[in-house]
Amino acid sequence: MNNLPRSQHIVASGLVAAVGVWVCFVSYTQEPAAAFLFPRIISTVFAVLALWTFGKALMGKSKVGNGLTADSMKKILPGLIVAIVFVFWAAKGLGFYTASTIVFFTLLSLYDPAPHNEVRTWIKRIVISAGYLVVMYGLFAMLLSVFTPREILF
Amino acid sequence: MEFLGYFGEVFTPFSFGLLLIGTIGGLILGATPGLSPTMAVALLIPFTFRLEAAQGLILLGAAYTSTVAGGAVSAILLKIPGAPANIATTLDGHTMAKKGQGARALQLSFLASAVGGVFGVLLLIFLTPVLATWALAFGPSHLFWLAILGVTIIGTLDSSSVVKGLLAGCIGLWLATIGFDDIMGAQRFIFHPSLSGGINVIPALIGLFAIPQVITMFSNGRTQASAEVIKVEPSPIGDAIREIFRRSRSLTIGTLTGSVIGLIPGVGGQIAGLVAYDQSKKFSPERDKFGTGHSEGIIAAESANNAMVGPSLVPLLTLSIPGSPTAAVLLGGLLIHGIFPGSDLFDNHPEVAWTFINSMLIGQILMCIFGLYIAGLAARVAQVPQSVMAATVLGLAVFGSYSVQNSMGDVYVMMTLGTGMYFLERFGFSAAPLVLGLILGPIAEANFIQGSMIANATSGIGQYFFTGPLNVTLLMIVLASVAYSVWMEMRNKRYVTKDDAVSKEEAL
Repeated sequence: MNNLPRSQHIVASGLVAAVGVWVCFVSYTQEPAAAFLFPRIISTVFAVLALWTFGKALMGKSKVGNGLTADSMKKILPGLIVAIVFVFWAAKGLGFYTASTIVFFTLLSLYDPAPHNEVRTWIKRIVISAGYLVVMYGLFAMLLSVFTPREILF
Repeated sequence: MEFLGYFGEVFTPFSFGLLLIGTIGGLILGATPGLSPTMAVALLIPFTFRLEAAQGLILLGAAYTSTVAGGAVSAILLKIPGAPANIATTLDGHTMAKKGQGARALQLSFLASAVGGVFGVLLLIFLTPVLATWALAFGPSHLFWLAILGVTIIGTLDSSSVVKGLLAGCIGLWLATIGFDDIMGAQRFIFHPSLSGGINVIPALIGLFAIPQVITMFSNGRTQASAEVIKVEPSPIGDAIREIFRRSRSLTIGTLTGSVIGLIPGVGGQIAGLVAYDQSKKFSPERDKFGTGHSEGIIAAESANNAMVGPSLVPLLTLSIPGSPTAAVLLGGLLIHGIFPGSDLFDNHPEVAWTFINSMLIGQILMCIFGLYIAGLAARVAQVPQSVMAATVLGLAVFGSYSVQNSMGDVYVMMTLGTGMYFLERFGFSAAPLVLGLILGPIAEANFIQGSMIANATSGIGQYFFTGPLNVTLLMIVLASVAYSVWMEMRNKRYVTKDDAVSKEEAL
C-alpha cells in the first residue's frame, strides 16, 4: 500500500540489507577462495539489490507490500508464539504427539469464533483435538512409521 | 508413441488407488480457500517417501491436477476462489450458481477442465521428448544460464516489484550455498548446527509455502466463515456436454491460451484463466453476457487453468528447470527418490517419466468424474473453520518436515524460513523466486564450477560463458525478461500489491 508507514519499509529492507552485507562480507573473507567463488558472485548481487531496496525505502519510494498493522499483529502474535514454542521447545520436550495435540487445542481455543463461555463448544474442541491426535498418529506413526522423540506421557 | 507402453503401470491396483486418493484429496484440498495447489503438493511429499518414485509422482501429479480444478468448487458455490487460478471462474460461475444453476456451472467447469487438461498433458507428451533430445546439446554454460533464467524470469514476472523479485531469487541462491562445499569440502555459512548438512529442500518448501498461510489464517483472528454454500440442484450432464460442444470457441481459446501460458516459466494459472476469459469475451458475439452467469466465461477460464498444468512441467522434465513453484515442489519429490530430471530422464527412467505423465492424463478424466460427484462435499470442507485449518496445517508441516530425515534441525529450518517468508511477503517479496533460487542454486553452481574448469583449460571464462548462439540467446532472454518487467513497472502497469492485483482482476 502506498500509505504504508515509511518506517516499516525501512526496518524490513534494512534487515534484508544487513543480511546481504553480512553474506557478502563472509563470502569475501572466508577461505578457501575457490569454495566461495559462486557465493561471492551471488552475494554481490544480493547486497547490491538489498542496498538498492534499502535506499528506496529511506527515500520513501518503496510502495510495494501491505505491511503490518497493529491489529493484525495482535491477532498473529498469540498463534505465532504458540507455534514457535511448539517447534523450538515443546515438540522435543513433550513429544510430538502430546505437544501437537496441546498446540492444536490451544490454537483452536484462541482462534475459534464459537463462544468461550459454553460447555458444549469446549467439549467440541476437545473432541476435535482428540480426533486430530488419532489422525496424526495413524498417518505418521502407523502409516509412515516415523520415529519421533519419546513422548512425555506414553 | 513410447508412452503407450507404460499405461499398464498406471492401472496396477496400488497405483490406481493412489491416483484416486490424489484426485479426490486434491479436489477437496483445492476447494479449500487458503490451501494453494503448491502448498498441498508440498505437504503431500512426506507421504511419498515410502513409495516408489513413479507411485509417489502419481500421487503428487494427481493432487496438482485436481487442486487446480477443485478450486472452482469454492469459486462457484462460495464465491471464494480455492486458488488464484480460479479467480476468473468466480465471475460467471458464482452468478450462475446464484441463479439456481450451480450444478450446471460445476459440470461445465469440470468438463472444460478435463478437455483443457487432457490437451495440456498431450502437449507435454509430444513436446517433452523433442525438447529432451534438443537439450542433450546443452553444456555446463547453457545449463548455468538456464538455471539463472529460471530464477530471474520468475523473480521478474511473479513478483509485484522486479528488484524484490530478483532479491528473493538471490536469497534463495544464497540459501542453497549453505552447508559443505561439494568440491573443497569447506564449510559455508554454517552459523547453527542445524545447517551443517545444508538446507534440505523439502522442509524448506513446506515452510515457505505452508507457514505463511498458517500465519495469514492467524491474522484473520476469530472470524466466522461468512460465506454460505449455495445449494446444488441436480442437472442432466448431457445438457452440459452439449453446451461444451456448442461453446467450442471459448473452449478452444481457453485451451490454447492455457497451453501457451503454461510453457512460459513463471506465468501461472491465475494469468491463464484471466487472459483466456478476456480473450473469449473479446471474440464472443455475446460479450455483454459475460459476468452475468454466462457459460462461456466458466469454460474459457477453467479450460485455460487446467491446460497450463501439463505444459508447465515441460521445462522441468526436459531441462530440470522448474517453471513454476508447483513444478519446483514436484522436482523435490523426484530428488528424494534419487531421480534427477533432465535430458536423460526418458533414457534412464522411462518408466517413472511416462507413468507419471500417463497418470496425469488419466487423472484429468478421473478428476472430471469425481469432481461432479463430490463437489457438494468439497464445498462443505471448504467451510472448515480457519482455526482448525491453521492448526492442522501447522501440525502437518512439523511432522512432514521431521519425517524427511528424522531431524529436528529440519523442523527449525522449516519454521524459521516460513516465518521469515510471511514477513517478507508483507513487504512485497514473493516465495516463488526464493524457492526457485533454492532449488536451482546447486544446479547453477555445479555447472558454473564445471564450466569454469573447462573455460580455464580452453578459451577463458568470458568467452565460454558469454559467446555462442545458445549462451547469447539465453542471456538475452534473461535481460529481456528483466527489461520488460522494469518497463512495465515504470509504466505503472504492475500491481502494487497482490491484494491490489486481486481487486483489479475482480473488476475485469
